[in-house]
Amino acid sequence: MSNYHTKSVTELSAMLQTGEVSSVELTRFFLDRIKNCDEKLNSFITVCEGLALAQAKESDERLKAGNAPALTGVPIAHKDIFCTRGVKTSCASKMLDNFISPYDATVVTNMRAAGVVMLGKTNMDEFAMGSSNETSYYGTVKNPWNLKAVPGGSSGGSAAAVSARLAPAATGTDTGGSIRQPAAFCGITGIKPTYGRVSRFGMIAFASSLDQAGPMGQSASDCALLLNAMAGFDEKDSTSIEKEVPDYSADLNKPLDGLRIGLPKEYFAHAEGGMNPEVEAVINAALEQYKAMGAELVEIELPNSGLSVPVYYVVAPAECSANLSRFDGVRYGYRCEDPKDLNDLYTRSRGEGFGAEVKRRIMVGAYALSSGYYDAYYLKAQQLRHLISDDFKKAYEQVDVIMAPATPETAFNIGEKSDDPISMYLSDIFTIAVNLAGIPAMSIPVGFAKGMPVGMQIMGNYFEEARLLNVAHQYQQVTDWHSRLPEEFKS
Amino acid sequence: MSIEIDEVIKIAKLACLKVDTADMQAYATNLSNILGLVEQMNAVDTTGVTPMSHPFDAVQRLREDVVTEQNRRDEFMAIAPETENGLYLVPKVIE
Repeated sequence: MSNYHTKSVTELSAMLQTGEVSSVELTRFFLDRIKNCDEKLNSFITVCEGLALAQAKESDERLKAGNAPALTGVPIAHKDIFCTRGVKTSCASKMLDNFISPYDATVVTNMRAAGVVMLGKTNMDEFAMGSSNETSYYGTVKNPWNLKAVPGGSSGGSAAAVSARLAPAATGTDTGGSIRQPAAFCGITGIKPTYGRVSRFGMIAFASSLDQAGPMGQSASDCALLLNAMAGFDEKDSTSIEKEVPDYSADLNKPLDGLRIGLPKEYFAHAEGGMNPEVEAVINAALEQYKAMGAELVEIELPNSGLSVPVYYVVAPAECSANLSRFDGVRYGYRCEDPKDLNDLYTRSRGEGFGAEVKRRIMVGAYALSSGYYDAYYLKAQQLRHLISDDFKKAYEQVDVIMAPATPETAFNIGEKSDDPISMYLSDIFTIAVNLAGIPAMSIPVGFAKGMPVGMQIMGNYFEEARLLNVAHQYQQVTDWHSRLPEEFKS
Repeated sequence: MSIEIDEVIKIAKLACLKVDTADMQAYATNLSNILGLVEQMNAVDTTGVTPMSHPFDAVQRLREDVVTEQNRRDEFMAIAPETENGLYLVPKVIE
């Protein structure tokens, strides 16, 4: 029996380059694994068997011809928020259940150019709005570490698929924590890059000033390889940054001597809704490990971070209500049966096509942007966003990176928070400030609390992705949390 | 902050969403709770603070006024619910 699922992208890439395994063989192995295991997890919405094998064959030819890029032939999964030409792109919504995208997202184009093979499209919260994957039109994804628990969200399908090694790596997107929180809940490594670093073209928009795509994988070194392929300026995205992309793998081995790690006292305060004691013990042990590696821990303040959740629930719904106005039942997507007039067509197609959480957010946004309320809500939120972002700027004058838990608790149970939007929103309390400021951040597995993975968040200054990956990689050189597999998916 | 059912009706109309009468009360409660959470923003005085619209204060890029897109009308129309002679069909608007 082959054990390709225990190999990292870095290892698989080396095996492909030397011809030890072919891309077709590897792709078939993961397609079979999905077929055999995904019934338990529901992590995929679409599996692209034919396309994946065709891309794998092409990759094998490229490998044979020589000079193939590092990721050539490596099969991965894309979150179903990325448009993929000729393949269903649903964003986990009934609204797009019948949508076959006529074009590729830039992330998909870039990764294909880098040689990656697409296994399929992963499940997620509807339009990326959710923290547990329970808002998907295609049903909840299960956490591979405990099938009764949520995988987190919104990139929960990607996180579960990588955690159970149904795919060696996957793409995700992060608007308020949607890469880092599921990565933490499923015990994998994920990075949300600086706003504007990865193109948003063809990535179905939720909150345009916050959305950012990034890789989700088994380790920091894998994420570095994947980010090399994903990142870069794109003319088709008006907020894309014209800045050269460094080689994210180049600095991985830099020693951490003298690294100054900031610990925001607000994140470590014993407040209601804050970090639970078991998570705290695991985080503290990880920080001790960093100290042993030569880093210095410095207490810092992010005084306005407590307002992140309220600010986010103005900015994100406001932008979502504008973005989702494009779904009108006329040009593509769901249309209601027998509309009696044009207004009925619009309102019923949208009312029937969107799920409850999406409708809630559209309505909050429509209210916040409505005549007479703009100053009190959207303007106020954008002002506070400036203060939150200034807090980080001040902090980075004192420290190199900031560390904190990714989530206050480990993965909660399916159904536990689904009837209470507010308690669901508060589960992202530690991740949201990063999106409001636009800085990069990642989550790495640092241990277990009651058998469930704990993720630690590492936040960096603008464009310091290479530094974050280096800091994470050094920890992963001396610990093995990142290579642990859930019992049920070991073989 | 409390949102009543008549306001939910107004907001749903603004958002072009049909909401079932049976769900109105649940939406009113949820929206009230969310706006209650949002009201925590008022704890901080933001007089004189510049609103942030982009992390790098970037402005829209301009490009040459030349055609860059190919005409893919047929492909784009093929995914529409209803079309005829290159037009999108909707229920009759003018009697």
